[in-house]
Amino acid sequence: MNSQPYLSLVVFAVVAAVFPLVPLILARLWFYFFAPLKPGESKNATYECGLVSEGDARIQFKAHYYLYAIVFLIFDVETIFLLPFATAFLNLSVGAVLAMLVFVLLLVEGLVWAWSKGYLEWD
Amino acid sequence: MNELFSEWVRRAVETLSEMLRNPDQAPVVGKAFIVSVFPEFLQGVVGAFISIAALISVFGGLFALLTLMERKGLGRIQNRPGPNRVGPFGILQPVADGLKMLTKEDIVPFRADAFLHFIAPVILVMMSLLTLAVIPYGRNMAPIELDSALLFFFAAGACTELAVFLAGWASRNKYSLLGAMRAIAQMISYELPLLLASFSAVLLVGSLSLVSIVDSQGGFMLGVLPKWNVLTPWGFVGFIIFMIGAFAESNRSPFDLPEAESELIAGHLTEYSGFKYALFFMAEYIGMLAISGLAVTLFLGGWHAPVPFLGWVPSYCWFFAKLLTLACFFIWVRATLPRLRADQLMALAWKCLIPLSFINLGVTVFWHYSAAWSFAMALPARWGIAFLALAVPYTFLARQLGTKKTFARRTYRFAE
Repeated sequence: MNSQPYLSLVVFAVVAAVFPLVPLILARLWFYFFAPLKPGESKNATYECGLVSEGDARIQFKAHYYLYAIVFLIFDVETIFLLPFATAFLNLSVGAVLAMLVFVLLLVEGLVWAWSKGYLEWD
Repeated sequence: MNELFSEWVRRAVETLSEMLRNPDQAPVVGKAFIVSVFPEFLQGVVGAFISIAALISVFGGLFALLTLMERKGLGRIQNRPGPNRVGPFGILQPVADGLKMLTKEDIVPFRADAFLHFIAPVILVMMSLLTLAVIPYGRNMAPIELDSALLFFFAAGACTELAVFLAGWASRNKYSLLGAMRAIAQMISYELPLLLASFSAVLLVGSLSLVSIVDSQGGFMLGVLPKWNVLTPWGFVGFIIFMIGAFAESNRSPFDLPEAESELIAGHLTEYSGFKYALFFMAEYIGMLAISGLAVTLFLGGWHAPVPFLGWVPSYCWFFAKLLTLACFFIWVRATLPRLRADQLMALAWKCLIPLSFINLGVTVFWHYSAAWSFAMALPARWGIAFLALAVPYTFLARQLGTKKTFARRTYRFAE
């Protein structure tokens, strides 16, 4: 439909970024003219169900959480490798498909291993 | 000058009559006419601008409609009337909500990172609008025809989750951060089944372009059954996996753990007020519509008509009819299913959906190679083998998700 899809994409990105800014600016103008902001010590405190907040929110998270991220990383890279395979699949020979099958099976084996090691238990 | 003007009027009238004669292509013709008014070097920019203006107005309207539909639908399902005070039957409720949000004080906590706190909803809305850019809404009506549209959709879609994390991190609130952590865990778990399920559609088309994927689903089998992907064994299973992933990706119930009201107040939304809060909602609904749109494109035949004799209805009407059906399904599921626990959520993704979507990919390959079978009963045989290949692993995978715990029968004591 148009010859420069990436130029259109840039226009899209700019308009999409401006669109949410407009109501925010409108709201800011409203505060400026009609309803001035009235910050207060307890009003702008961190919300914790009415109690005074204790300690920092940015605490260390349990390491187990990151195992998921590592397993995800491996599989995500795999899906990236699957992308060109998927687009070329119709023209591939049976041998190439079998080679891809071996690649996928290796990764599935990784999933099975992580599973049997109990890394996929969330507790 | 006068001649130029009369020439312009003549062409405008011509365009209008063309639009009326062929409503299927009316938006394309109208856009081409407006673009042709501008000088050559501006035409690309103006075309893109018109497309996104149309997208924002259509999806802004759908967002307003959907918030009302959701509240009304939930109300009816829970045996209460839902909003009914603003305007007849409460149809002006979204307008009232918008005005209220606009005039509410914008409270930013002292400890929050003010800049990130401000930028997070903006990025979220921007990215969810960008995902809309590549979906074909009708015949010749994809706003941007990328060759790698599917990849772009998932890239922009993943950015929305990062914006959710940004919101949670910038708020510097325990609930927000927990919600954000959950959002990321959920995203990385459900991204994989979502991608793998959509790959089966890519495999048999050989292109990441959503336009060619829709084109491949045109036409009818035996003259009645549409050639949609959902009507094949791999497409059916892929569609179900995709929809489960879509629920999780758009943080909708039963996967709304990042904003679980009963435990995390509102998750990453806890410290947001005023229009920033409204922007989060807008992004959630637009994201939901976008991923439903992708489901329609990949599995439900895009803008193709479901029966041959209704082919004269404009293509975009079919697309939006299917889109709204899926949106109603989202609302229905929200009213029906309870929220999952975090460990159940992760187990469902890693121990059931991911293995199943790998098997589904294998079934897709089988489906392609068995298309050449020519003996009698070839079609039932293909269906049978595909069904067995999917159903047997499914029973095992689904069974191990159960807890095997037996609960004592609950007894209730009522006040006398």
